[in-house]
Amino acid sequence: MHAESEIREPLILGTKTYRQITDDIIAPIEGKASKGWYVLLTIFGLTFLWGIGCLAYTIGVGIGAWGSNNSADWAWDITNFVWWIGIGHAGTLISAVLLLFRQKWRMGINRSAEAMTIFAVMCAAIFVTLHTGRPWLDYMLFPLPNQFGSLWPNFNSPLLWDVFAVSTYFTVSLVFWYIGLVPDFGMIRDRVIKPWQKKMYSFLSLGWGGSARHWSRFEETSLVLAGLSTPLVFSVHSIVSMDFATSILPGWHTTIFPPYFVSGAVFSGFAMVLTLMLVVRKIYKLEAYITVKHIEYMNIVIIVTGSIVGVAYLTELFMAWYSGVEWEQYAFLNRATGPLAWSYWCMMTCNVLSPQLFWIKKIRTSILATFILSIVVNIGMWFERFVIIVPTLLRTFVPSSWNTYTPSFIDIGIFIGTIGMFGTFFLLFSRFFPVIAQAELKTILKQSGESQKKAAANHKHDHITAH
Amino acid sequence: MATGTTKQIIHGVFGDEQPMIAACKKLRSSGIRIKEVYTPFPVHGIDGIIGVPRTRLAICAFLYGITGTGLATLMMWYMMIHDWPNDIGGKPTWAYYFAIPAFIPITFESTVFCAAHGMALTYLLRCWLVPGAKAKNPDPRSTDDKFLVYLELNDEQAKKAEGILKEHSVEEVNHKGTIHIPAPY
Repeated sequence: MHAESEIREPLILGTKTYRQITDDIIAPIEGKASKGWYVLLTIFGLTFLWGIGCLAYTIGVGIGAWGSNNSADWAWDITNFVWWIGIGHAGTLISAVLLLFRQKWRMGINRSAEAMTIFAVMCAAIFVTLHTGRPWLDYMLFPLPNQFGSLWPNFNSPLLWDVFAVSTYFTVSLVFWYIGLVPDFGMIRDRVIKPWQKKMYSFLSLGWGGSARHWSRFEETSLVLAGLSTPLVFSVHSIVSMDFATSILPGWHTTIFPPYFVSGAVFSGFAMVLTLMLVVRKIYKLEAYITVKHIEYMNIVIIVTGSIVGVAYLTELFMAWYSGVEWEQYAFLNRATGPLAWSYWCMMTCNVLSPQLFWIKKIRTSILATFILSIVVNIGMWFERFVIIVPTLLRTFVPSSWNTYTPSFIDIGIFIGTIGMFGTFFLLFSRFFPVIAQAELKTILKQSGESQKKAAANHKHDHITAH
Repeated sequence: MATGTTKQIIHGVFGDEQPMIAACKKLRSSGIRIKEVYTPFPVHGIDGIIGVPRTRLAICAFLYGITGTGLATLMMWYMMIHDWPNDIGGKPTWAYYFAIPAFIPITFESTVFCAAHGMALTYLLRCWLVPGAKAKNPDPRSTDDKFLVYLELNDEQAKKAEGILKEHSVEEVNHKGTIHIPAPY
């Protein structure tokens, strides 16, 4: 068996056995939900309903209900879209990129991170669907033969690339997630007693057997899907950034956008994973599987991606000056000193300064500090997208078309509604689905379990003293 | 005329993967065929020991992938070049190679889409993991913490196999009746 260094910290704490892992993961499914779960579900469910109301109103009267105007024709809609899509990136990164790099710590968090990805992309989809103005005609985004003449969508346009990228990303993430879930559903099916649960999990597990042939195919499929998802993650946010970068608008027309957007996406995604994980480990008592070490690893990813984002902001400023293009220079001056300067400085503080606190070990291993900073980072990343979109659009080439922007009641309602939807779906997921990939976790128990590591170390020392 | 053979079904239940691997090695070196092994998680190295051939799913994925590349190219060529050529933003589409940079993203997405979904579907069908399928593990504990060696053997081999399993600290040896294997035509 592959042994692991003694000095590497364990990823599963306490004296766990295979049976205990099963018991711990199935506990939220077999047991009754806590009061806190119902309280949270009510809050999120109500905000979700509120969002549906605002959404229905928008469909009824049109997007004139939003704060968007002739200058800021993209505003909260696209800000929220990019924000949610970005959050989605962490899930695929954790499950695909970290799988390729054989990072074992992903196993405690990959399942929930993937679920988060799927729900986040669903939230993002709401905004792209609505922002076209007539969502019932959205099928025209796809290259379907239509009865309005044989004009096809424009394949030169990044907006069309986005349709393909986001739909591929969503469906592939969904399939990847489900294929990983099947063995765990199999375990639940074999454990639960209540007839309705037995029926439900039998259906969901698709008849999983766990034979050597199943596992060999399972592992091959996971590996190839990870290999395919890795460039997919990078492509999706690159393409999202090209929605901006291929325009001629000062402040958008920059080649740095694809890498800058991707690192920003991973940055905000990890922050959201942390926010959720810190709650999940607490309410489902999974502290043994999502340890402080896991939190520290994620915080390190946040420092790295946060610093890349910081460098990208500074590079943008430098390039605006160095290009000698006045419009470009003004776009950045306007962001930093114009009427919406507060949002720019909010972004700078939250995204560039706050993650640097994680250089201090005490802070990056503190649960409370991590929780607060993870929310700060997500606020910052929301403002990043807002700053890129709104102040830039408000002051373009012709000063006579300059404008101001205030979001409407409906804008805010839909955004809050998506948070409610995200929360509702995540709560339902964590109650009925295995929140940790238990089959995968069992493979690392002998190498990375605390008691197993200690036993192995003692065993080795015994050998040394015996000689 | 031979009418086939009757074999015993034996479940060797282990509480840990290490003795199970050792037992499987011993069984194989004694010339006993291991029909299948059911484990709660992927036990690495077991495929080679019990003689599961390497899966060819990755080859399928590659084939689905190039199909996706081809489909996307064909689609964009037909729509942008053949059916309705346009000059959009000074970027004419008179020939495919003219505009190829703009077609790369969708070609890539389509490749990934077809490779991933094709492979996932092939995987599910190959394992017959479909809605409503019956659980394929003979003992429900094998998804929790038990490791099950599934054997179909004649009486003589069964005795030998039982001895080997017991040597390797098997927890239970369960006889699950017999199976009639008809003779080949």
